[in-house]
Amino acid sequence: MKIGAPKEIHEGEARVAMTPASARELQKLGHTCLVESGAGLAAGFADALYAEAGVEVVKTAAALWKAADVVVKVRPPEGPEPKRLRKDQLLISFFYPAQNKDLLEQVKDTGANVIAMDMVPRISRAQKMDALSSMANIAGYRAVIEAGNNFGRFFTGQVTAAGKVPPAKVLVVGAGVAGLAAIGTATSLGAVVYAFDVRPEVAEQIESMGANFVFLEFEEAQDGAATGGYAAPSSPEFREKQLAKFRELAPDMDIVITTALIPGRDAPKLWLKDMVEAMKPGSVVVDLAAERGGNCDLTAPDQKIVSDNGVTVIGYTDYPSRMAAQASTLYGNNIRHMISDLTPGKDGAIVHNMEDDVIRGATVAFEGAVTFPPPPPKVQAIAAAPKKPAAKELTPAEKRAQEVALFRKQTRNQVGLLTVGGVLLLALGLVAPAAFMQHFIVFVLSVFIGFQVIWNVSHSLHTPLMAVTNAISSIIILGALLQIGSGSFLVILLAALSIFMAGINIFGGFLVTRRMLAMFQKS
Amino acid sequence: MEYGFTTAAYVVAAVLFILSLGGLSGQESAKRAVWYGIVGMALAVAATLIGPGAGLWPLSIVLIAGGGIIGYYIAMRVQMTEMPQLVAAMHSLVGLAAVFVGYNAYITAAHIAGMPQETRDALTGFAAIVAHKTPTELSILRVELFLGVFIGAVTFTGSVIAFGKLAGKVTSKAQKLPGGHMLNAGAAALSVILLILFMNGAGAWALILMTLAALFIGYHLIMGIGGADMPVVVSMLNSYSGWAAAAIGFSLGNDLLIVTGALVGSSGAILSYIMCKAMNRSFVSVILGGFGNTTGPAMAIEGEMIAIDADGVAAALNEADSIIIVPGYGMAVAQAQQSVAELTRKLRAAGKEVRFGIHPVAGRLPGHMNVLLAEAKVPYDIVLEMDEINEDFPSTDVAIVIGSNDIVNPAAQDDPNSPIAGMPVLEVWKAKQVFVSKRGQGTGYSGIENPLFFKDNTRMFYGDAKKSIDELLPKIA
Repeated sequence: MKIGAPKEIHEGEARVAMTPASARELQKLGHTCLVESGAGLAAGFADALYAEAGVEVVKTAAALWKAADVVVKVRPPEGPEPKRLRKDQLLISFFYPAQNKDLLEQVKDTGANVIAMDMVPRISRAQKMDALSSMANIAGYRAVIEAGNNFGRFFTGQVTAAGKVPPAKVLVVGAGVAGLAAIGTATSLGAVVYAFDVRPEVAEQIESMGANFVFLEFEEAQDGAATGGYAAPSSPEFREKQLAKFRELAPDMDIVITTALIPGRDAPKLWLKDMVEAMKPGSVVVDLAAERGGNCDLTAPDQKIVSDNGVTVIGYTDYPSRMAAQASTLYGNNIRHMISDLTPGKDGAIVHNMEDDVIRGATVAFEGAVTFPPPPPKVQAIAAAPKKPAAKELTPAEKRAQEVALFRKQTRNQVGLLTVGGVLLLALGLVAPAAFMQHFIVFVLSVFIGFQVIWNVSHSLHTPLMAVTNAISSIIILGALLQIGSGSFLVILLAALSIFMAGINIFGGFLVTRRMLAMFQKS
Repeated sequence: MEYGFTTAAYVVAAVLFILSLGGLSGQESAKRAVWYGIVGMALAVAATLIGPGAGLWPLSIVLIAGGGIIGYYIAMRVQMTEMPQLVAAMHSLVGLAAVFVGYNAYITAAHIAGMPQETRDALTGFAAIVAHKTPTELSILRVELFLGVFIGAVTFTGSVIAFGKLAGKVTSKAQKLPGGHMLNAGAAALSVILLILFMNGAGAWALILMTLAALFIGYHLIMGIGGADMPVVVSMLNSYSGWAAAAIGFSLGNDLLIVTGALVGSSGAILSYIMCKAMNRSFVSVILGGFGNTTGPAMAIEGEMIAIDADGVAAALNEADSIIIVPGYGMAVAQAQQSVAELTRKLRAAGKEVRFGIHPVAGRLPGHMNVLLAEAKVPYDIVLEMDEINEDFPSTDVAIVIGSNDIVNPAAQDDPNSPIAGMPVLEVWKAKQVFVSKRGQGTGYSGIENPLFFKDNTRMFYGDAKKSIDELLPKIA
């Protein structure tokens, strides 16, 4: 199949959907590649580079649209482009079908098939073609760079001979891909970063990137898993609470980067006018949601404005395009992976398999019919969080009651044991003669001391402990020593044998213990 | 010499023994603690020899010296891997000595009973003590020496069997004569009957018959316990030898014997308790022997064991940053501790974090692995206990299991029907990669399948532990 990439006609768009590198990969799948002359120039890929990679450079857009079986683009088709589509031609580009209903109708009527890169389902297998994520990543990075460009101070705190510089404080609202990229960039520049998101489960990701999660205490926290990992609109009460938190943070923040978007809706207003007014002069707000109306009240799409109190509000919508070389490389790879999935035989034949979750999900027009919205995918994006049984928070009174109960129980046990032991001892004392009781007291006390002492022995010394107690237990030799002098031959013989054996034990036991202990060394 | 001097020496000796045991709380203080024990013992023996009641002391000294030479010879020659056998063998000596001393006490008492009053007054030493006892005291004496002989006899045969099992001279499987526990119970009941008869004046035959019964109990009890439970058995016998000494101390009226016997007895009892806790089994179930009280079919294991060669293990080790080694009895059998230590040195020299995780019942003796690693000069501060290291496994790159099986068996946590369910285990399977050095595919001592070997992140490194590790050494960068 012939895959062609035209020059983007949207004003200011510098990206291109095919790079020389991705073209090489596409050719390995058995496809031939075309590119419109000058398509990659703005992204730094000259026609000569394409030609070198084996791509046929076509002079005009019209010729390219005519020749290509598959057209790959960045922006949705506009101007003359929709009319150039023909039956059975495949278009792969961003499409935003929910917002571009008319365009979708128009395209459908041409009979062409359309795969929208922004509709790729969020499942693990499809991550390699998730162009929204790869573009958002760039936007997040670029947002910090733009902010730095307009911020008059260092990001990192420094103590210099010329004075102390505090670190910049950055707040990132919305920890999606863009937000996380912004957090990573800002922390690596040395700023102190705070981040907020309505989905509590991203707190971990935020903290893993080195930012502080701004915690909002609220009952009905969202479970992002239900909405495919995206944020859903929040309740008015939640919104109020959220805004109050932002108002509290606003005076301290030097840079605010807002990335809050809800799929298929206008961007929520989160950074209101009064918050901008509360910020220090020289601070910067970067609104990554500007294209969809902006998170900030003051945002003007595609413009940089300065508020009355000297706060810069940046509303650019073309961050990926501002890094066209990087963006084209990543987008080109996303497209390449998509085509790779569409070419299962690696033989240059496109198989548009509508049974495949990913392809079905991304296809918005197929054989003259609108196939948007897609049915829910069979594989759920993120496993639903198991409902945690709410851990019962104990009141101080309950805790106290528990402690008292525990103490009582211990006391009862100990007193019980002591009583039983005492009664037994008394009973024994009634029948046993005094001489025996004297020895018995010694015995009981020794057992007690033994228990107290042995608990402290470290685990690693259990073998030496056994060897040494073994040596000590040959104290039985005393008995034999006392007996050997008295009585008959038999007594002497048995006592002599005992002394001999105990002698082996004493020397063997102590020496082997010493040998073992000498081996224990510290590093 | 005055009697008071001997008593004073005994008090000092008793204090020294307590300090000696207490000093084992740390590796450094332990080195001093042994000297306390040695001095205490020397003091006790010397005080007894020159004190009242001792006779024939030249013979005694010759015998002690003779025993000492043999003891020295054994202590210097023994390999660290043979330590369990040695400890068991030494227990048997104490047990036998207790039996003999008990017999002597009986013979003396019987001898005196037949003497006329005048001769009694002329007696010296132990005989004199016995001679002045009242009838009640004499019957208590009989109980005491009966107990001493009983415990001593059980300790003797039990230790001999334990020695045989540990040295591989007797099969390590749990074996019972037909009749099982009933035989033990019968022998114990017989001993109780004999005790009553003995107290009521029965002669030497009761004592001898009881000794035979006790010898049988010791033999049969330990034969019925499997090899994996040996740590409990050895510490239990340790405890018995102490109680035997204490019982003899009662019958001889010697406080130092009582104190020391009680110390040793309680120490062994606590060790047994710790070991049982580490296996999540009650003391009784260990003593009554053998696994096999499963409550249902074991969980079926899915997957297969995947083998790996030395190159693969070496590559993984070279890439890893943190490594935990879990040694078991297999390392002792293969004498692989030196090779393991060499591996540790090499890996540490390469800047990797290497630590050891020791399960309380790893090996055949409490603390067995620590001694082996210490022998191979592995610094003791990287040798950690199970509780200290268990939560570090998820952040560990490679776990190496060398010759251990049940102590790393995930079935203890996952499978309620497993014979070892609930036993605390080292959670090696949580590491990113696990290598198991093992001789073959068998199930080892306890005969329990180990699902760890079938896990996705586990690779089996078959072969003799020493050979395998030696093969690995030149490949570590």
